[in-house]
Amino acid sequence: MAQTIKGQTGEWEIVIGMEVHAQVLSESKLFSGASTTFGKAPNHNVALVDAALPGMLPVLNEECVRQAVRSGLGIKAAINLYSVFDRKNYFYADLPQGYQISQLYHPIVGEGELTIDLEEGESRVIGIERIHLEQDAGKSIHDQDPHRSFIDLNRTGVALMEIVSKPDLRGGDEASAYMTKLRSILRYLGTCDGNMEQGSMRADVNVSVRPMGSTELGTRTETKNVNSVRFIRQAVEYEARRQVELLESGGKVVQETRLYDPTKGETRSMRSKEEAHDYRYFPDPDLLPLQLNQDFVDAIAADLPELPDEKRARFEADYGLSNYDAGVLVAEKETGDFFETVAKGRDAKLAANWVMGELFGALNKAGVELANSPVSADALGGLIEAIASDTISGRTAKDVFAIMFETGKSADAIIDEQGLKQISDEGAIETALDEIIAANPAQVEKAKENPKLKGWFVGQVMKATGGQANPGVVNKLINQKLG
Amino acid sequence: MSELNRLTIAQARKGMAEGAFSSVELTQSCVDAMEARADLGAFITPTPEAALEAAAEADRKRAAGDEGALLGIPLGIKDLFCTEGVQTTAASRILEGFKPTYESTVTRNLLRDGAVFLGKLNLDEFAMGSSNTTSYYGNVVNPWQSSDKPNMQLVPGGSSGGSASAVAARLCLGATGTDTGGSIRQPAAFCGITGLKPTYGRCSRWGVVAFASSLDQAGPMARSVEDCGLMLGSMAGYDPMDTTSVDTPVPDYTAELGAGVKGLKIGIPQEYRVDGMPEEIEKLWMETAERLRAEGAEIVEISLPHTHAALPAYYIVAPAEASSNLARYDGVRYGFRSDAPEGLPEFSSLEEMYATTRGEGFGPEVQRRIMIGAYVLSAGFYDAYYNKARRVRTLIAQDFSRAFEQVDAILTPTTPSPAFGITEEPTGVEMYMNDVFTVPASMAGIPGISVPVGMSKDGLPLGVQLLGKPFEEVGLLRVAQAVETAADFTAAPQLMA
Repeated sequence: MAQTIKGQTGEWEIVIGMEVHAQVLSESKLFSGASTTFGKAPNHNVALVDAALPGMLPVLNEECVRQAVRSGLGIKAAINLYSVFDRKNYFYADLPQGYQISQLYHPIVGEGELTIDLEEGESRVIGIERIHLEQDAGKSIHDQDPHRSFIDLNRTGVALMEIVSKPDLRGGDEASAYMTKLRSILRYLGTCDGNMEQGSMRADVNVSVRPMGSTELGTRTETKNVNSVRFIRQAVEYEARRQVELLESGGKVVQETRLYDPTKGETRSMRSKEEAHDYRYFPDPDLLPLQLNQDFVDAIAADLPELPDEKRARFEADYGLSNYDAGVLVAEKETGDFFETVAKGRDAKLAANWVMGELFGALNKAGVELANSPVSADALGGLIEAIASDTISGRTAKDVFAIMFETGKSADAIIDEQGLKQISDEGAIETALDEIIAANPAQVEKAKENPKLKGWFVGQVMKATGGQANPGVVNKLINQKLG
Repeated sequence: MSELNRLTIAQARKGMAEGAFSSVELTQSCVDAMEARADLGAFITPTPEAALEAAAEADRKRAAGDEGALLGIPLGIKDLFCTEGVQTTAASRILEGFKPTYESTVTRNLLRDGAVFLGKLNLDEFAMGSSNTTSYYGNVVNPWQSSDKPNMQLVPGGSSGGSASAVAARLCLGATGTDTGGSIRQPAAFCGITGLKPTYGRCSRWGVVAFASSLDQAGPMARSVEDCGLMLGSMAGYDPMDTTSVDTPVPDYTAELGAGVKGLKIGIPQEYRVDGMPEEIEKLWMETAERLRAEGAEIVEISLPHTHAALPAYYIVAPAEASSNLARYDGVRYGFRSDAPEGLPEFSSLEEMYATTRGEGFGPEVQRRIMIGAYVLSAGFYDAYYNKARRVRTLIAQDFSRAFEQVDAILTPTTPSPAFGITEEPTGVEMYMNDVFTVPASMAGIPGISVPVGMSKDGLPLGVQLLGKPFEEVGLLRVAQAVETAADFTAAPQLMA
């Protein structure tokens, strides 16, 4: 789907801003020493302050601050040396304090940007408004008992980064590309595991539409907690179409929060107006303003890893990869690292083709993650060396790879065991070819008239050498002899 | 019944060190006094058995050579401090039956130094009040009686009313208090004892039930300036669990006691001469200044021009923070929860459970302040109220820092009146006026101490307040002791044990 929708009255532009909640990778919670480990028994990771016992006070976890700064630097953002934690007040069963500690007025990270990668090698820069730190809420479980709800406070107080984009995105593809890229950057930085199924990253998607050419923003809706890249695209597409249909039939878009239902593929209204909240934000008096010094920020900046955009440019420049291939290889840090290990000191293009072709294909088919690949980067490198040194042909290499994938053995071992080493000795191949030419004068004549028939000789030589003749050498000799 | 309970902390320390009596004897004397004066309503949860056990342990420690600063000294603890295994209520129904699994930092510090806890003292509900009449566990009675109306029960002041009454009635040698807008100083003045609100950040707030986080500060209440210094030495200290506590060394707060005031400059702020203040209060204030002058201090007229704005700003900031701090009392995890409506097995919604529990669990004054707080923070009013109040606060702090360029301490009355009758207590804004002299120092975060200096015409104690520079409690106590010595306040309350 494009950036626009064709309605009955004309073309509409789809405008999207996203608020992504990314769980900060840290050992303990934002303001308590309780563990953040996922999957513990309910209410196992709960400190006194998480359960809001009387007199308990929050103490800021410095590691979470460092992670937020690191994330900010990763999106080339201004780091605010002065930031303030505010309380957002509302009552809910999974919010023991009766307020969430967040940063409304003075966030830790200011404006930044992120480049999204679109099809056909296009890219676009999307503005980021801010990143602030805040506490996650607990979990309400409504489906285990007909009469009661259960509360799990394990997640209560876990640090989140809320990353707010500007309304720069257009259409579902851009929205999902944004999430993909943001996830990639945070994973490179090691500030969020990006695990969307576990809720480590989820997006509130603000969608509005406006007539093409208009510069005013339409009324937006906010679809909450969308937790997959695919659902983001679907939610945008559904919501934009709903708004266009509403507007074209004379209706009005109501500013409201909505929910995406992936089974029905639709969004629906979450809250009625009567329950509209006044969050009564004010600076949390239990916490002093957060003052960072520039040295702290500089130290984090100096320690920043290479990020996907830089890596992609380097892969293009250093390895001569296409923009597309480089993009595929850098999307995940692990893939880029794997590729570089394979490519180091070897034919990089060949390495790229094998990683993206045979390896990805085999992993996909087997449903195995790259981290658990039975063929290590070094082993794949060995196979590529065998191809580059003409020890085996590309055709044979595919068979060898299949065995490697199955057995975990090295390429050399398989080539040795199965006697697959190809014949590149011109003398041996010439002898075989000469015999075939001598035995088939009629074919020789025909091939001289029609060069396409030379292929028959290639097949015969391969047959005679048990498929081990180097095809390059065979072709060269045939061309010489049959002119 | 022995009269050991009437000793000051300093005297009791000396007596025990010399082997004149044991902590068990001293503590038993206080336990007897608590029983004899149970009618004052000073304690919500007395813990006499635990106190006597702790006293015996203190005696054993002393025999083994331990010389903890407060070893074997029986103290009362305001029921706003969480105490491990002992019910902590904040004088509210909503915390009924709540027994913390943890000990507040301040009380832990006192225990570290060997103090013996007699029990949990009554207070205004969630420390909101100036008369100790908002407690769910009943009013506290001031042990003093008016010569004009001797049969009338008087308020002890608030919110640390139980602490002040217990110390004045000699039920304990000292008590912890907390002060948000005057909750240590005002009841100390009403009950004729000494109460010190330290600099904000001097004592940890960890484990103290929060009222208004940016103002709350724990402090000692005792029968002498020296005793306050001794207690503060134990209570104070940096606590990494309270990021608003300040990492500065804890000095010997008694170090400069007796040094006098010769050469010191004492400020008299003209703005504290408020309309309608009884003449006897102004007179005592000026007399105190004269006594200091006689001791060699220089008395300087100063101006704190934003004083008038302190009280209104306080009644925005404090309720705002309280409305949020008290949101956690929802009947879900601890304390009181209302029963479902009659005839129904359960509430129809979570909201109904919250509303009923909070409606029944909080008293009217707490509900009033929650509503004021929610209002001043609400969208559209935030800037007009809360933000403006914060700016006022900055101006008040600037007033004080300018004044302290000129003077070493500031002398004011503590309260605009002596203690009043429980039945004649003022309401609403009139009640809030009780805090008019104490609130500015709270808003600025500076230390203040109330010292009893004389009697009203009806024979009730009156106090003056001394204010000092941030974290200079040592110097403040020095001046306070000079005031104490000069005033020579020796009167005792009628309902003393």
